[in-house]
Amino acid sequence: MGRAVAIDVSKLGKVYDGVTAVQDLSFQVYAGEIFGLLGPNGAGKSTTLRVLITLLRPTTGQATVLGHDVVREAEAVRRLIGYVPQERAIDRFLTGREHLLLLGDLYHLPKDESCRRIAELLKLVDLEGKADLPAKTYSGGMKRKLDIACGLLPNPKILFLDEPTLGLDVQSRLRIWEYIRRLRERGITVVMTTNYLDEADQLCDRLAIIDEGRIKALGSPSELKTALGGDTLSLTVGEADMGRVELLASALKGLPAIRAISTRPTGLEIRVESPEKALPAVLEAAGRLACRLEFIEYHRPRLDDVFVAHTGHAIRSEFPEAEE
Amino acid sequence: MREYLQEISALTMRWVRRLSREKFSMLFTLVQPMLFWLIFFGNLFQRAADTQVVQAPTYISFLAAGVVVMTVLNNGLAGGVDLLFDKENGFLERLMSTPIHRTSVILSRFLFVMTITSLQVLVILGVAFLFGVRPATGFLGVAVILLIGLLFGVGLTAISMALAFSVKSHGDFFSVLGFLSLPMIFLSSALVPLSAMPAWMSLLARFNPMTWAIDAVRPLILSGWAAALGPVAMVVVIMVAFDALCLYGSAKAFRRAMG
Repeated sequence: MGRAVAIDVSKLGKVYDGVTAVQDLSFQVYAGEIFGLLGPNGAGKSTTLRVLITLLRPTTGQATVLGHDVVREAEAVRRLIGYVPQERAIDRFLTGREHLLLLGDLYHLPKDESCRRIAELLKLVDLEGKADLPAKTYSGGMKRKLDIACGLLPNPKILFLDEPTLGLDVQSRLRIWEYIRRLRERGITVVMTTNYLDEADQLCDRLAIIDEGRIKALGSPSELKTALGGDTLSLTVGEADMGRVELLASALKGLPAIRAISTRPTGLEIRVESPEKALPAVLEAAGRLACRLEFIEYHRPRLDDVFVAHTGHAIRSEFPEAEE
Repeated sequence: MREYLQEISALTMRWVRRLSREKFSMLFTLVQPMLFWLIFFGNLFQRAADTQVVQAPTYISFLAAGVVVMTVLNNGLAGGVDLLFDKENGFLERLMSTPIHRTSVILSRFLFVMTITSLQVLVILGVAFLFGVRPATGFLGVAVILLIGLLFGVGLTAISMALAFSVKSHGDFFSVLGFLSLPMIFLSSALVPLSAMPAWMSLLARFNPMTWAIDAVRPLILSGWAAALGPVAMVVVIMVAFDALCLYGSAKAFRRAMG
């Protein structure tokens, strides 16, 4: 693909006090996409992110952000990016507006420019009404919105978000997703970490699955799912007819819409290209062989399946603890 | 340079803003205890303390120097606390991800802590004044007292920040702090002159930079320039060495913490 590369990571490794956090990571992020780093806690996502935002020096390998090396040209990188750290990176005693004004000075914006952008961002994240209240009065979702406004203040080319919806209730999560999509429309490249599968699936254009410090899979959610070998049809065969399962399997083998067949104690599991073409053939063969089907289950692979297939285990922290 | 000033003034104003919203806790945690030491302890021990031993007209006039330096000690050792919280909640990361000079956050903290400490020292000297303690060296002497406070405070704040950057949790930070501060006070000439201490304690107290600071501030309050100049010159030398050591250590801790 001829797309512009925004971030180029090559053979990146980071060792802390003798413990390897990430090793041999290589990937590229394209300009204008939402790129996700998906993995369980401790997989190395945040370490990777911190290297990219110049807060950690890599032990091995290198990374460039918009052509600038994150170690040698850290200052240049910092001028081009925005960063939204994990929840609560907020000073409870400052108001929302004061947070933004402080950051305006840290990005060396002139006062009037700073005020103009702040007004615009407060509108974008619907915080205008609460901008002059101390952040300790904010709900979790509002803090998150303020976080995002802070990340956007420098008008970044690339926005980095660390677990943007960790601990948020469902409505706030959906709203944050909407903001992130809006950023993409504005042409901002977004790099985010997450340990929520649904978030990675619905939000990210492409993602890297990271586990135990290594990339296990890389691609768009649909590519990753397709690569697993298509949709699955599970047939549960009546106990009396279990003897005929092998016959059924060999009858189905080689049919155009069917990719792979494996025998299960209760029946068959069939990988199919498309259920519309496969299902009639399966029913026809079963009828012809008088093999009674008790139950047919159709399963489209989800990102969970992709994750399990590549890491050998389910993603650990599952349910978000809503905090309000 | 203009950018550097913009950063530092914005970061320093943040500390000021926080303070102005935390007036209550500020008043109770920092100002009050020191004033209590001066007012209650000073008056309580007025008759118990032998003016021959403390070599001062009143115990409170003897104690004033100790309370001044204790204020510097407490503020300095607590100087890293806010950075610790910033580190724990990710605010520090947010600050460091911006294109600011790497020293700006630390410098803003020094500026703030030193300013607050100086103001508190002035309050303490003012309260002591109400109890009849007239600094023998006048306004210039008060300025020298503030300078000694600054010199000692810089090193202490550096220790505190180094600790903040190195500890795993704030529980560790506060236990180290608690472990440090009381022995520093008792093993110094804050409450009792070295000559009145058991030999082993006075020996240990001599290795405490706080003792040197107090022994320079005390003659500035009690005696006059003739008695004060020697100890003041001495404490300046000691504090420069102390600060150099502390700043070196905290720079290392900071660099390690920042990857």
